[in-house]
Amino acid sequence: MVTKETLISKDAANKKLKVVREFDAPVEKVWKAWTETELLDQWWAPRPWKANTQSMDFREGGTWQYYMEGPDGSRHYCRADYETIVPNKSFVGLDAFCDENGKINDDFPRMHWKCVFSKSDSGTKVDVEITFATEADMEKIIEMGFKEGFTAAHGNLDELLAK
Amino acid sequence: MRRDVFQGIADPTRRAILNLIIVQAMTPNALAEHFHSSRQAVSKHIKILMECQLVKQEYSGREIYCHLNTKKMKEVDKWLKPFRTQWETRFEQLDTVLKNIKTKNS
Repeated sequence: MVTKETLISKDAANKKLKVVREFDAPVEKVWKAWTETELLDQWWAPRPWKANTQSMDFREGGTWQYYMEGPDGSRHYCRADYETIVPNKSFVGLDAFCDENGKINDDFPRMHWKCVFSKSDSGTKVDVEITFATEADMEKIIEMGFKEGFTAAHGNLDELLAK
Repeated sequence: MRRDVFQGIADPTRRAILNLIIVQAMTPNALAEHFHSSRQAVSKHIKILMECQLVKQEYSGREIYCHLNTKKMKEVDKWLKPFRTQWETRFEQLDTVLKNIKTKNS
């Protein structure tokens, strides 16, 4: 299989980050992987973090509560509140960090997600648009990703070395 | 119009120009020789790169040279690398998940 390129662009003026990627599977399957917890838990957290669903109510007005667990056992609790859902086409939700009971932590910026799924030559194209309330919020999230990104990179390296 | 580092690197010709001047400062004419496109087209890209502050021009004798603004380039790296790594890792995992669903169903 061809290595798929992840296209990432930043639109500071509109406080948006865009991520585009193609997948080698039909839309219905990619949709399932993004919306069913049994599958989401397998990939949503970048290695070596692991996503664990606490509860999922995938419908408009519903919430996905989960935590990401690190190799040292540390946990980040998160939630996604779904706003609009068009099956096999798109969903929009509001993301947040929270405590283990789902109470939102206001110290961290919330992210507004729009995920659009469309048929492509190789299978499915997914367009993710992440919108922030302010540009400062966007900077903050990227800075946080800095640390996580490095950890993830190490995870990849470990796996390579183990081969 | 948007003029930031990300706009600067959004175009393949501009990325190629940056790659060339990483090694050494070059005149616009010398740069243009590396491309099939017209001199004007290359000049336009250089102009955009300057507006995005990725390229600085400095006189050396009668010639003007394009220099890479490394400080600005680091901004791109700082911003995108961790974010990219995070998403690429995620998506590689998703590739595996999708492959497994396929196998199960067939």
